[in-house]
Amino acid sequence: MINPQMVMYEEEFNQIQTVVDRLVKEANAKVVFIVDKNGQLITVSGGGDDDGTDMTSLASLTAGCIAATGAIAQLLNESEFATQFHEGELANIHIQLVGNRIILVVVFDGKSSLGLVRLRVRKATTELDRIFLAVLAKAQAPGADAPFAEITDNDIDSLFND
Amino acid sequence: MSFINYMAREINCKIVYYGPGLSGKTTNLQYIYERTNPESKGKLISLATETERTLFFDFLPISLGEIRGYKARFHLYSVPGHVFYGASRKIILKGIDGIIFVADSQLGRVEANQESVEDMSHNLLEQGYNLEKLPYIVQYNKRDLVDVLELSEMRAAINPMRVPEFEASARTGVGVFDTLKAVSKLVLTELKRGG
Repeated sequence: MINPQMVMYEEEFNQIQTVVDRLVKEANAKVVFIVDKNGQLITVSGGGDDDGTDMTSLASLTAGCIAATGAIAQLLNESEFATQFHEGELANIHIQLVGNRIILVVVFDGKSSLGLVRLRVRKATTELDRIFLAVLAKAQAPGADAPFAEITDNDIDSLFND
Repeated sequence: MSFINYMAREINCKIVYYGPGLSGKTTNLQYIYERTNPESKGKLISLATETERTLFFDFLPISLGEIRGYKARFHLYSVPGHVFYGASRKIILKGIDGIIFVADSQLGRVEANQESVEDMSHNLLEQGYNLEKLPYIVQYNKRDLVDVLELSEMRAAINPMRVPEFEASARTGVGVFDTLKAVSKLVLTELKRGG
């Protein structure tokens, strides 16, 4: 299958959440989030409920950014540019491609530094790579759940009855 | 590639609006944005040039409601139609679950439509997708204008596969939601099959 479906189960989700929660603290970051390469937000940590940051848009645009730089890399005969850093006046953003599958994004301000973020991201990347390999293996394993096999045509139709 | 999150009880799918420049892809998204309840939509993001041509993509997340206790969320993207932005167009196709071709019905746009269909098919193949196996809908847009091609001729030119098709006027909203619903249904049906 060229484009395997990503299915996130509780066990792996909790492992991922533990890694990003720790990264927020250890890197002194404002927000850490994980997006898949297609722009779907997988999880977020930090920020706070009243932060008001539009995470869905951030996720989609980050994936667009990675896709665009990936295409630039290919034009230059590089396989990927795995790391990106954007520096603003108040906020900075560090974007790391993990295992060519998912994107780890760290938003930080003057309370942290690029060096610290890089260091902590490197450690988290190794752990996340291992977890996402397990997620992928689970989804592709023979006999894996087809989670929506039991939906009926009526279920689908009822979504559109307005 | 749909993303199913058991923890958040969400199913996320990606739909792309494809078509030649100025055929009304962004207008489709704008109409959907205007007519969707605030609680069911996110921000409409347009990465456009100063002359309002889409430069990279438009993006609109919407929620269709619940299906068996799972929130069905669709991420709608449109590609830049202008020939010049071919490289950007390709990368928007990554991970799609369904595609809508928005054709410009005006008489002078026949070739642009055909070129764009070929470009779409080619780019999909390059990303590993076969158009014949993908949830795919054709929308004949701008039917409200005067100088438009007969529907039968449009069909012959750009819909040889005879996939589901809709006449539309994205400016006034005619056919916009019919098109979206049709592709969403196909995507969910494909998901049911475990696609």
